[in-house]
Amino acid sequence: MYTTDLSGKNKAEAVSEDAAKVAAFEARVANDEFIEPKDWMPEAYRKTLIRQISQHAHSEIVGMLPEGNWITRAPNLRRKAILLAKVQDEGGHGLYLYAAAETLGVSRDEMTEALLSGKAKYSTIFNYPTLTWADIGAIGWLVDGAAIMNQVPLQRTSYGPYARAMVRICKEESFHQRQGYEIMMHLAQGTPEQKRMAQDAIDRWWWPSLMMFGPPDDKSPNTEQSMRWRIKRETNDELRQKFVDITVPQAHAIGLSVPDPALKWNEARGAHDFGEVDWEEFYAVVRGEGPVAKERMQARQKAWDDGAWVREAARVHAEKRASAKIAAE
Amino acid sequence: MSLTIYAQRLGDDSLILGQRLSEWCGHAPAIEVDLSLANVALDLIGQASHFLGLAGAIEGKGRDADALAFRRDVMDFTNCLLVEQPNGDFAQTIARQFLFSHYQVLFLERLAAAQDERFAAIAAKALKEVSYHATLASDWVVRLGDGTDESKARMIAGLDWMWRFADELFVMDDVDAAAITAGAGVDKAALRPAWDQRIDAVLADAGLVRPAARRATLGGRTGRHSEHLGHLLSEMQFLQRAYPGATW
Ligand SMILES: [Fe+2]
Ligand SMILES: [Fe+2]
Ligand SMILES: [Fe+2]
Repeated sequence: MYTTDLSGKNKAEAVSEDAAKVAAFEARVANDEFIEPKDWMPEAYRKTLIRQISQHAHSEIVGMLPEGNWITRAPNLRRKAILLAKVQDEGGHGLYLYAAAETLGVSRDEMTEALLSGKAKYSTIFNYPTLTWADIGAIGWLVDGAAIMNQVPLQRTSYGPYARAMVRICKEESFHQRQGYEIMMHLAQGTPEQKRMAQDAIDRWWWPSLMMFGPPDDKSPNTEQSMRWRIKRETNDELRQKFVDITVPQAHAIGLSVPDPALKWNEARGAHDFGEVDWEEFYAVVRGEGPVAKERMQARQKAWDDGAWVREAARVHAEKRASAKIAAE
Repeated sequence: MSLTIYAQRLGDDSLILGQRLSEWCGHAPAIEVDLSLANVALDLIGQASHFLGLAGAIEGKGRDADALAFRRDVMDFTNCLLVEQPNGDFAQTIARQFLFSHYQVLFLERLAAAQDERFAAIAAKALKEVSYHATLASDWVVRLGDGTDESKARMIAGLDWMWRFADELFVMDDVDAAAITAGAGVDKAALRPAWDQRIDAVLADAGLVRPAARRATLGGRTGRHSEHLGHLLSEMQFLQRAYPGATW
């Protein structure tokens, strides 16, 4: 999951719902049962899920762009094939997630339009540019790494179709993370230029990766509700800490430094202390002011517009064939 | 020598078309289309690795598939002109795929039966892939030809762009003749009637007619390319050129 949405709405909406139904629903969720599309659910639950799942789907699709930027320039045939397969996986993730969201009564076209109009969000991380080949390593290692951390708990999320989509997705994400780390490892052991490339990539991607877990817990208005509904299972700060603790030793193992002067191991906590994320930057990127936000939306808009005649042709052709078939029967 | 070139031609065809298709990744008309184009690109890049690896092995000068893919200049590339053509719109991409994949099916069917097992093994594996590519492309030709007025016009324009490069697929030269003698060759000229039949059948289903005959544009097999290939290579080979000797 990619936590960027900040709106604290949706609390007041449950007013007129049958208290007994709500109570039964809450009990099922508390009991770790899966809620299925045909089951009754509070409107606010449905809306929150649509927002969260579609935002996740959009992130997968927009996330194809920064890495797609290097497919044609991958340094050898093996890396090209791996990267292409990886980006293709992300497209597949988008598909599973759109399908999961559709079970809640929203169409893919509606979700796409919400993305393109700026109404729906996607992960802030994809608004940063991929400048060198090392960025492909950094994304796999850090961004997919952070995504895994967010997503693993969601395999047990309360909404059945979402949980099942997460199971499929998580299987592929660990391959993504490994290929990214492997690229970084290779660069870090390479020529001085390659090493510089690798360090520069972690310098640029480290903080945006920490932002992927969303605002700090005390500024995350939906967390409590979402935890109770089991559509979130750990808080943003817990996940962020976990990510830092796992990733820092990985960086050091390949001779890269982490761009945080405040970073140090805290023996008493058994965890790393680390510096404050630049939350002002985070909120600006959420508002759509990330460095390449315009390029990302322009690319999605162009694909959508340029593809309109293709989708229309496919639809018309299918209709023609269907009616020809009926006429023949 | 000529068997090296022969393997290299096969590898170059797949490599350049795979590279072209990968340009679509993230930008296709629908997610499903994006995934299917990426599938085709992946298959082609896999074929390129095998054929170029074989070319390097036959050559025996220590060049592997990557050395051949990333460190040759335009005049040493031996792919047909068709595969290096720009993607254009989706119809142009489909037109290119349609003409090439049907050729590739027929070609690889023969190559899979070749005496030289190195070629035959790669061909047998690739044949399964390209049969799917041909079906995919044909389905789109029909959808677009039989879809809307706009899609029909675009499909016609796409075929029109690509048509001058179709003849080159079937041209035989000394390299082909030597490959046949060596037990690895295919009589490409003999594939033409079957190819025509396949193409015509799909076009008929799509409500399209075959583009008018025209003078063939040739040269790819001997390194005389279109202007487009140099740009494709400068992008594809950038890292290997900028950091000679580095491994990735
Ligand atoms: Fe993903
Ligand atoms: Fe994800
Ligand atoms: Fe991923």
